[in-house]
Amino acid sequence: MREITYIQAINEAIREEMERDPAVFVMGEDVQLSAFGSTSGLVEKFGAERVRNTPISEAGFVGAGIGAALTGYRPVVEIQIASFFWVAMDQVCNEASKIQYMSGGQAKLPLTIRSLYGVIGSGAAQHSETMYSSFMNVPGLKIAIPTTPYDAKGMLKSAIRDNNPVLFFEHMRFGGKKGPVPEGEYLVPLGKAATVREGKDVTIVAIGWAVDLALDAAKKLEAEGVSAEVIDVRCLAPLDKEAILASVRRTGRLVVVDEAHKTGCAGTEIVAIAAEEAFSSLRAPVRRVASHDVPIPFAPAMESFVIPSVEKIHAAVKEVLA
Amino acid sequence: MDAAFRKTLLERMMIIRAFEDTIGKLFYKGQIPGFIHLSIGQEGTSVGSCAALKDSDYIGTTHRGHGHIIAKGVDLNRMMAELFGRLDGFNRGKGGSMHVFDKSKGVLGANGIVGGGIPIVTGGALSAKMEGKGRVAMCFFGDGASNEGTFHEALNIAAVWKLPAIYVCENNQYGEFTPLKDATSVSQISKRAAAYDIPGVTVDGNDIEAVHQAATEAVARARRGEGPTLLECMTYRWHGHFHGEEALLGSRKYRETEEIERWKKLCPIANYKAKLEREKVLTGEQIAALEQGATDKVNAAVEFAQKSPMPTGENALENLFAEA
Repeated sequence: MREITYIQAINEAIREEMERDPAVFVMGEDVQLSAFGSTSGLVEKFGAERVRNTPISEAGFVGAGIGAALTGYRPVVEIQIASFFWVAMDQVCNEASKIQYMSGGQAKLPLTIRSLYGVIGSGAAQHSETMYSSFMNVPGLKIAIPTTPYDAKGMLKSAIRDNNPVLFFEHMRFGGKKGPVPEGEYLVPLGKAATVREGKDVTIVAIGWAVDLALDAAKKLEAEGVSAEVIDVRCLAPLDKEAILASVRRTGRLVVVDEAHKTGCAGTEIVAIAAEEAFSSLRAPVRRVASHDVPIPFAPAMESFVIPSVEKIHAAVKEVLA
Repeated sequence: MDAAFRKTLLERMMIIRAFEDTIGKLFYKGQIPGFIHLSIGQEGTSVGSCAALKDSDYIGTTHRGHGHIIAKGVDLNRMMAELFGRLDGFNRGKGGSMHVFDKSKGVLGANGIVGGGIPIVTGGALSAKMEGKGRVAMCFFGDGASNEGTFHEALNIAAVWKLPAIYVCENNQYGEFTPLKDATSVSQISKRAAAYDIPGVTVDGNDIEAVHQAATEAVARARRGEGPTLLECMTYRWHGHFHGEEALLGSRKYRETEEIERWKKLCPIANYKAKLEREKVLTGEQIAALEQGATDKVNAAVEFAQKSPMPTGENALENLFAEA
């Protein structure tokens, strides 16, 4: 099977959906040039009406995306860097998430908002954002966080076809990540987790970039005789509770790895579900491995101290096995 | 404007006035939950503007949006039922007064966030442009909203992309309890159009034909592909920011009685009635009949709403997500 990069997978997904459905269009800052490549080549193929460079007005163009989605279009809006979501929060969390519900089902909002997120390396606090956890507490939004090129393409196609607002987070470190992606049409449904490594001693549930850390930790643990199961959440809303609970009920031990700040992170919701619904299966307290509750600092030594690491995951697993 | 059209304009204002008067009373009787924000005194701007639109055009409005929504031509019964929180309401009781939404008439929602709807209606204009069928989108908001960032972002976007949008600012001199001059750097909101290099027009919002004329021009510009217009209508709300605020404010006043009385004399309905009678378009009897008709329609809507079933608690869990 051919291997392509995550960015190429994103680009293909958007291109194919735009070919398939004339209602799909792209909107965001610099999407025509597309410095990182996610939307490069699209304006040449589809024209400037369907690939629109917006002014630097996040609230304005997210709102415009909402209006276009309410009136027959399928906008794929780009928030260049996830921290800029904060600039548009009313439109995302007071409008997009609520319109379908408040309208009593009259409104359909097939809006996709994609964004690059996460710690890239000395981006400092305002360019190192992992804020999907905040959106998890807002009913009415779907939240997708694919970690492989295969999932990125399949889930983005699903997101674009979904008749609901979908926030689509692409980790900044994944851009050049290569992986197998078949030719031809396929979809990956939203709301399904993936067991990326099978094991029996502990369940490690991870989100986004933390999945790669978890897999590295699992290799290290294997050499020490510990069999770790790694679950890639892939989607925070809807969350695949059943996959997580099924694994926890088998292994009896849970470590959740989340790049977000620990307090109130998405991982907190996952451990709460396990505590509520799989308590009798647990043989040890649950553990979260997450970033410290400080804004992400600039200097490399401080930054790596703050965020999750293979070592921290390894230590957490050892704790729950003790 | 022919006689029949002018009669329609008057009738629509009367329906809005009867609706707002009636819900004001029902609110005090406890039949309408939550808050209401009455637009009594502002009927000229809603009816004059919406009369320039087709059914297929889009509008969006504010927490003080009943007038615009009724002027757009929605079913009065279902609107009343929504204010009552009943299942036959447009939003099945999920939204209430501040969020009335009617997809069939292009009402992209009333909005409870000041300025929150301006980018959304701009998106309706974007969609209209891409569709290329001559549709336009008209966005209603107040003087207070023109200080929100979303106003500035949306007008810039509409100007840069030459969107078929009409931004109608109802300048009623107050943003909640604060007068215009204390909050806003311009005395005429239409001056802000210059910042976006689009036409800005100010009209007497209580002169319905002046409003209609200006709105018609702005709509025609938009349909011709010439881009957005900022249309400011000077007007006044007779009642408070929210209905029943006197109980909260006690003896604290933020508007002089003299000012309120002065504006009541400029009532858009009273003045238009007088004008149409003077110009022999309608007789006194015909006008009284229109008034009765408006009252009858609103009473029928109240009856419909009172008979409509109340939602159950479990209805709260419906419609979070749309199906494929």
